[in-house]
Formats: sequence, structure tokens, C-alpha cells
Amino acid sequence: MKILVLISHVPDTTARIAFTNDNTAYDASGVQFIVNPYDEWYALVRGLELKEAQGGTVTTITVGGAVTEPTIRKALAIGADDAVRVDTEPKDGHDVAAQVAAFAKDKGYDLILAGKETIDHNGSQVGPMLAELLDLPFLSLATKLDVADGKATAERDVRGDVEVVECALPVVVSCAKGMAEQRIPNMRGIMAARTKPLQVIPPAATEALSTTVKFELPPPKQAVKMIPAEEAGKLIELLHSEAKVI
Amino acid sequence: MSVIVFADTRGGKVAKNTLETLTYGRKIAAKDGGTVTLVTFGDAPQDRLSALDANKVVVARNIGDADSQQLTRLVVDMAGKEGAQWIIFSHDDTGKAVAPRVAAKLKAGEVAGAITLPNEQGHIKRNVFSGKAQAWVELKTPVKVVSVLPNSIPVEAASPGASVEEYSGDLGAAKVTVKETRKAGEGIPLPEAEVVVSAGRGMKGPENWGMVEELAKELHAATACSRPVADMDWRPHHEHVGQTGLAIRPNLYIAIGISGAIQHLAGVNGSKVIAVINSDPEAPFFKAADYGIVGDAFEVLPKLIEAAKKLNAER
Repeated sequence: MKILVLISHVPDTTARIAFTNDNTAYDASGVQFIVNPYDEWYALVRGLELKEAQGGTVTTITVGGAVTEPTIRKALAIGADDAVRVDTEPKDGHDVAAQVAAFAKDKGYDLILAGKETIDHNGSQVGPMLAELLDLPFLSLATKLDVADGKATAERDVRGDVEVVECALPVVVSCAKGMAEQRIPNMRGIMAARTKPLQVIPPAATEALSTTVKFELPPPKQAVKMIPAEEAGKLIELLHSEAKVI
Repeated sequence: MSVIVFADTRGGKVAKNTLETLTYGRKIAAKDGGTVTLVTFGDAPQDRLSALDANKVVVARNIGDADSQQLTRLVVDMAGKEGAQWIIFSHDDTGKAVAPRVAAKLKAGEVAGAITLPNEQGHIKRNVFSGKAQAWVELKTPVKVVSVLPNSIPVEAASPGASVEEYSGDLGAAKVTVKETRKAGEGIPLPEAEVVVSAGRGMKGPENWGMVEELAKELHAATACSRPVADMDWRPHHEHVGQTGLAIRPNLYIAIGISGAIQHLAGVNGSKVIAVINSDPEAPFFKAADYGIVGDAFEVLPKLIEAAKKLNAER
């Protein structure tokens, strides 16, 4: 089975969020970057589990500059066989999908896995856009994924119910919590990752369909109103009469 | 201005997010007296569809929500027929799968998870960095796709009276099929809940969740939990809210025995009001809270349940 996993390079979950250039760009100075957790914990690890059980290869693809390579090496250390980096700063979600589609369209991947969203842009756009550009079916927000007899079976939480869906390969899957458990790379994996193939390819010609014109930080929160524990019931009264939310 | 609103109208009643997307579409159309066409699918009864405030409702009866390619063909075909300049979705489970496909197919710019209408420059605001910041986005294409974050746009009163047509085009065979649907229990689905009662490690063990569930029941709330609680299997994974679980934005989020790590806050910081109960006065969650109680959950919870029962008895 040929598996492609989309790996996004994002600021650490605890990173300070600040902007530069008149609030038009994220201020990455001094910020630690990581593999997007949904891509790493769920998409990549499930891809590796399927490969280990059924044979095949796991390739990762990342759209970004050379600055993303430590993040890509982390994915290789966890166990991916090889990696591709499309050498461009992506313009928007559609650009990422278009770059991956340009690479993947004639490679015959059976399974393309992506996290359900990235923790920086939070758009949930790239997976379904990629599926559309490749004219493939899409299993969205999967919490479980299995492959047998050329078919993928996934579970997804929809409107509070669990839906079990099935689809013939090839298919694009967006991966959510529940699909796999996080793997910590061991020393052997980290050493092996240094020499695994990382192919850098030039970008396809694309145009931006959207741009972010300005970032802003939310207004500071008003001071918390404290209620003594012995009068805890008063909280319910305040939520009803003052906040009017119950 | 021709506007298409796509909505999931299945289930027992019209969902609040459908009304939110209709309000959104109507406000865009109203700028130059344009029309709103609601595109939907499934088995919603005729009278419910005709009661919606759109100029026209087009329903594809024979498809479900699982195959995003069929739904994409439906929306793309209707967008062409109506000459739509705006296509509005809810940023819900179905909208998240279909809106980006429609945008890619039409080479249209998309705002995913809009929290405002377009401003005077036509820019639309959305949450980024898991709610820790916001971004104004400009769409550069003649056709524009927007998915609206649930609970962001106040619903405005509608003047019902839509004509309902059944869609008769060819949407192809479904490649994705539903093998089984396991209905959740009687509780309120977490993503749709307006009030959420959430608890963490401070509850000491899964056997103590009875009080949490009782408070949730009295407040007509859904229950949620922190990541450690889901990872220890005290509670099911689908209840985990936070950066790597579910992001929710209810009107009220009550957090009991959750310290409020930045990863947890990322999943709940869109909540309109946050109340925090924690035995540690230094818990970081108090900085993000509107109301706080420093106290032991096992002493505070019975008082909250009693007060909620009293409130319910009075109204």
C-alpha cells in the first residue's frame, strides 16, 4: 500500500502568538515549531500502523521553505520512509492543496492522510480541496481507520452519532482524535531520519485565491468575578440573572 | 447578487446553524436586492423546507451526507444555474467536507470558519491559532465561498415562504457509503450544546462523574472533559475538548477540576461565558474565566446542583 501523509509545520501549542509587519505576518522569532499534532499523532502514526500490518511505504509531503526541514526530519524519525518538500511559502490553503495535488496526481497513492486541521490556520481546507483536485472521495473527521480488500472503513462523529463509512481506495482521509496514539521517536529513529531521503521539488505555478490582510489579538478578558465556595449556589443565580446564559 | 446557502436540514427540526447561515446569506443578498437559494439534501418534510426564509429551496432527495463528491456536484451545479457569486455553508461536519471541495472545483477563494459578515472592504474575520488570534481575509475571486462558524452570527427573524423544488440532475453514484450509524445516548451532542459542563482530573476518578452528569442534566447541558481524563479512559474520547480534541464555543462553559493548560483553553476560548471551579487558586484557568470558585469539587458541585434545581423549579 502506498501511503502519503501531509505534514504541516506549525508553532508549538504553547508558543506566544504575536504579529509583525503592521500585523500582517506571524512573528516566528524565538518560536519552537512542531509537526502539526493532528498530522503527527493521528495521520502519520495510523499510516505507519497500516504499513507495519500490511506492507507498503509511507511518504510525507510538506509545502514550505527550508525552515520546515527539522519538522520533516521529526516525521521521518517517527518512522516515515521518505519525505517530499515543495519549496515554496504557501499563499493559502488552496495553494497547499494545489501543490500536493501537482505532486501526487500521477504517483498512484492508495491512501492520502491529513490531520483534520492545522493548529495555526485551523481551516480544515487542505484535505477536501486535495480530494477535489485529484477527483477522489474523501472521508472527513475520521476517528478510526482500517483498510482491507482494497476498501477503507472509517468511523466519524457526526452530530453526536457515530457513522461507519466505507469507500474503495484510493481515498483522502482527514484524521481526528481516536485514530492512533502518539509515538515518541527513539534514538534509532532519530539517527535513521538523518539519512532518509528528503526530496525537494520546485512548486507548481499557482495564484492566491485569498489573502490574510490583517491579524488581531482578542481584546483582554475582564477580571474574573470570584464567588466564595460556601456560597457556590450563587454562581447559578449569576449565570441566570447577570450573564443570562442559563 | 445571487447567493447560495447550503444546509443540512435532516433530523427532527431545523438546526440553529442552518438559521445562522440563512441569516448570513440573506444579509449579503440584501445589499443589492439579490436572491437566496437554499440547497439541501435528504428527507426533510416539504412544509419544514417551505417555512425557511429563502427565495427558493432546492432539495436533492436521494443522497446522504457521507459522499462529499455528490454534494459538491449538487452545489456546483446549482451555483452555475443561479449564477451565484456567494456560496455559504455552516462550518459543521458536512460543511467542512463540502465547502473546500466546492471552492477548489470553482477556483473560488474560501473563508473557513467565518465569524463576521464582510466588512466595508469585503474582508471577513475568522479565528486562527486555535482562537488565540483572529485574521481578516480577503477573497480575490469573483465567486466566493464562506463557511460560517456555528454560534457566531445572531439569527434574525425570518419571513418564511420559500418555493420548494426537487433536484433532478445526475449526481453520480456514491463512492462513500454509510455501513452503520450508532446513535449516541440521550445526551445533547457536544458540538451543538449551548451549555457545557466539563470536568478534569480534579474529579479523582470516573466513578465520581455522577455529580457532573447531574449538574449537566439540570442545566440542559452536554458533558465534556479534559485530555488526561479521556486518555485515562475515564470518559470517551469524543468528550475531549481542547487543542487536539474538539473545539467548542457554547454560550456557557463550566470547567470543574481542570487547571486550564493553554492546550485546553484553545478548545474552549470561543465560549461566551466561562465559569471555573478549582481547588487551586493559582490554576491558570481563572485568568480566562468570567466567574470563578476556589473550592473542592465534591463540596461545590452539590451546591450547584441544588441551586440549579431551585432555578428550574422557579421557572
